[in-house]
Amino acid sequence: MEVVNENSAMLSNFEVYGLLTDIQAGRGQNKPNKHQQQLATITYETIKYLETKPCKHQSEESITEFMKELQSFNLTKAEKVQILNLCPTTAVEIQLIIEESEERLTEEQIYKLLDIIVKYNPTEADQEEDNLAEMDSSND
Amino acid sequence: NVGLCIALWDVTKLEDSYIFPGDGASHTIVNFRYVVFRPFMDEILTGKTKSCSKEGVYVSIGIFDDILIPADAMQHPSRFDDKEQLWAWEYETDDGKHDLFMDIGEEIRFRVVDEIFVDTTPSGPDGTANQPSEISDTESKKTPYTIVGSISEPGLGLLSWWNS
Repeated sequence: MEVVNENSAMLSNFEVYGLLTDIQAGRGQNKPNKHQQQLATITYETIKYLETKPCKHQSEESITEFMKELQSFNLTKAEKVQILNLCPTTAVEIQLIIEESEERLTEEQIYKLLDIIVKYNPTEADQEEDNLAEMDSSND
Repeated sequence: NVGLCIALWDVTKLEDSYIFPGDGASHTIVNFRYVVFRPFMDEILTGKTKSCSKEGVYVSIGIFDDILIPADAMQHPSRFDDKEQLWAWEYETDDGKHDLFMDIGEEIRFRVVDEIFVDTTPSGPDGTANQPSEISDTESKKTPYTIVGSISEPGLGLLSWWNS
């Protein structure tokens, strides 16, 4: 077997999650048969891991919108994929992901970036807060 | 030397099938794309601490266990506590030094600094065939793919250190 291209494209967690759930449901091109025990194992483990990540709550539309908003920040492909997969919530995390963030982004831009991330990737804590807020307002 | 292969993505090209003399099976050249787990250099990942030893901290991310953060890539200053068998970050504040222990099973954020690929295909039998062959565990523990991480930057290390 010969490797033609080691890295033809970068996939986000969301895309891999979609592919693996398809394989598990038997909807992919290769239905899992009784000889593919190892594939079943790794599919199961990887799905379990990805479900703990924010990609579980993402959708294709939210990701396309998210990418459009990120365009104004001039980030590299690797940085965009990391932000999508990790959903940073603090400025420290942004500094880790984006190289030379102090030189490339002003403080205002960093906060704007964090706001956009929260807008498109509500965490479960935010969703619970929203639900509680709705309950409070309906009880009034 | 590609990474951890996960699943087939698609097949891009199927060429003609051939049958070779002396072999009943048909052989086809197939071009396909595979989903591979391979973090790039300097990528930030989050995992769980698996175990600690003098060499450093071993981290796992569910699907992949062979991630090591060596002793010299810890936050400065850190020390290995023999009694607890855990690594600890000696954090200095105005009221003195605090030991932040890296407990097992804690979520930890690290940066990928190196990857090591080792060829583990079995080699032929040795010349000294007179000795009874014992299965030596130390030999067969080579992992084909190891990731080396670092937590020596602000924001890296246990998530509990940085989340207020």
